[in-house]
Amino acid sequence: MRATNITQHVITVLVEDKPGVLARISAMFARRGFNIHSLAVGPTADPNLSRMTVVADGPEMEQIIKQLYKLVNTVKVTEHAPGAAVEREIMLVRVNAEPKRRGEILDAAGIFGARAVDVGKVTITFELSGEPGQLSDFLELVKPYGIVDLVKSGRIALARDPKSKNGRRAELRSA
Amino acid sequence: MGETLTGAQALIRSLEHEGVDVVFGMPGGAILPAYDPLLDSPIRHVLVRHEQGAGHMASGYAHATGRVGVAIVTSGPAATNLITPLQDAFMDSIPVVAITGQVAQSNIGLDAFQEAHTWGISAPVTKHNYLITDVEEIPDVIREAFHLAATGRPGPVLVDIPKDLLVDSMTWHRPGEINLPGYKPSVKGHPKQVQAAVDMIHESKQPVLYAGGGVIRANAADRLRRLAEVANLPTVTTLMGRGAIPDSHPLALGMPGMHGNYTAITSMQQSDLLIAIGARFDDRVTGKVDAFAPNAKVIHVDVDPAEISKVRHADIPIVGDAGAVLEQLIFAMEHFLDTKPAPAREPWFATIREWQEKYPLRYDQDPDGPIQQQYVIQELHRITSGDAIVVAGVGQHQMWTSQFWGFEKPNTWINSGGLGTMGYAIPAAIGAKAGAPDELVVAFDGDGSFQMTMQELVTASTEGINVKIMVLNNQWLGMVKQWQKLFYDERYSSTDLSGGVPDFVGLAEAMGCAGLRAEKPADVGPVIEKALAINDRPVVVEFACDPDAMVFPMVPAGGSNDDVVLGPEDLT
Repeated sequence: MRATNITQHVITVLVEDKPGVLARISAMFARRGFNIHSLAVGPTADPNLSRMTVVADGPEMEQIIKQLYKLVNTVKVTEHAPGAAVEREIMLVRVNAEPKRRGEILDAAGIFGARAVDVGKVTITFELSGEPGQLSDFLELVKPYGIVDLVKSGRIALARDPKSKNGRRAELRSA
Repeated sequence: MGETLTGAQALIRSLEHEGVDVVFGMPGGAILPAYDPLLDSPIRHVLVRHEQGAGHMASGYAHATGRVGVAIVTSGPAATNLITPLQDAFMDSIPVVAITGQVAQSNIGLDAFQEAHTWGISAPVTKHNYLITDVEEIPDVIREAFHLAATGRPGPVLVDIPKDLLVDSMTWHRPGEINLPGYKPSVKGHPKQVQAAVDMIHESKQPVLYAGGGVIRANAADRLRRLAEVANLPTVTTLMGRGAIPDSHPLALGMPGMHGNYTAITSMQQSDLLIAIGARFDDRVTGKVDAFAPNAKVIHVDVDPAEISKVRHADIPIVGDAGAVLEQLIFAMEHFLDTKPAPAREPWFATIREWQEKYPLRYDQDPDGPIQQQYVIQELHRITSGDAIVVAGVGQHQMWTSQFWGFEKPNTWINSGGLGTMGYAIPAAIGAKAGAPDELVVAFDGDGSFQMTMQELVTASTEGINVKIMVLNNQWLGMVKQWQKLFYDERYSSTDLSGGVPDFVGLAEAMGCAGLRAEKPADVGPVIEKALAINDRPVVVEFACDPDAMVFPMVPAGGSNDDVVLGPEDLT
């Protein structure tokens, strides 16, 4: 994957949807000395369960995964090997866009499939969702124009169907 | 339709349904509604003098009985006073349920009087915790709390209940089935792993069975002993595992670790196979991890998968209850030995016997010198034939007690191992005696440790819980002094407790206990006899002990277990 540190790990934690569970999970990372790079939480198909996607830094995750399992509300913990999950992130980025440069910026955005969602006098805000590397590449591209503001959702991940043979895994690895 | 009860009544009834016979606590504003139905309940309430005491009493009760200990206190400062005992119970895997009052829900988050974020503060020091938000939840949450505290790897669970919910009405219902989709502790070990373990044990020439507190918690001491006998395994018992095999057993090597005996330390160090059961390779056992038992393979049996390979790589991990896995190991080993001869391991046992003869635990009691702490422990053991539940605070006296008291049975040794909580002895002894009133409960305490929780002597005397507290008074924070002597060039910064205060005998009497004092070695036996004869109130005995005594053997912190310091003569 592009622009991804080798020590970053993507972990999915399936938890009971109970008060305080987010605090328990995030505190566990802090207590055991792991740094959270991003964290995204949302409902699942089962109304009693939530899924958290945690991107964390560290040499290895075995101990933290075991500690996460010890939390009573934790149902399942999965660490995704690179390419083993579909990973997505959404980003809103506001870029300087003087009227005379708008055309070229919009052209570039078009290549990436970024949508202009807010257009001001001197800025354009783009929405882009995709693999984390794609987002980084787009940011590199618009950086020269001047990034005014930026927000990312944090990564979400869903393990690929083990029987899927759509070639995406190979593509991600080589990218 | 069920009866209509208040939340408070539902709480007390839920405790009754769990078979709770005694709770330790102190009332206050937010928990007040729960104290009213307690008056009508068969549950005994032991009124403490500080909430920390309630927590350690619940722990002492759990140690002595194997049942869940219960503490009940109010919100704010009372709940924060429970944090130390909760962390203590967490580190030592002691089943405790703490009930705390909380300010009314309408006041939560408003910095109300005696408000503390108990849920947030207690989350890292408990196995699990709850803030109840609906009065109807009370029976189910209490059921879950006891289930979580007692099963799997035991531990403390806290239930925080806002005052308005204690007052609200609910329709009583028995708790439903426990529904915890993320909590399924393993019981039996994987059969393939068990078989692999048996093969490895059989092939080992220099094995050591390494029994920790998990054996005691799992009520598996009988099976541990059986495995040791069937497979012919020398056995060490950690600070938390003392009593897992009788110290008088020929296979028992005693305690390993920083203040363990030479044979226990060195046998682990030189072993080719460690069979860890309910033990966690604590830093006080391993010393410098990289240098620990360098040639040993490891079989690690633990109910908590997170303990396996946490500190030391396990060649054969077995996740399961210590008792269940020991049964599997015994069964498989017996089957195995039907066809093959049991390994005699004569050279290994010969080496071990040689160490035992050459490097026994020792001390010298000069009849004209000051009382040696070890002598008090041995005298009490002699006079009682060791038939007592023994409790300790934290420090030198704790190590000496573990070294010199011969433990013959599980659940007779109560101390703060993981957290090292000074002040543990008095409240833990009270809790133990409340749970096991027919047993003799004796605490060895240091003068420093004693002063941290001594107000609970009032609890003991007013509640008629007749514990015997042996204060080994060396007039120092002795363990800290020992480190200052060895590693800080004898610069004794803030460790001197001399000056003749408190007057321990006078203090004991002021608190409703009998107070006795032994000045010299010849007093020790007679004063102990006297203390044992007083049964109408708690007894405190002060022993004027050697201020310079040090605990040996010792592996200096961070050092290798190859470098055991046997006594002062090894120090240059």
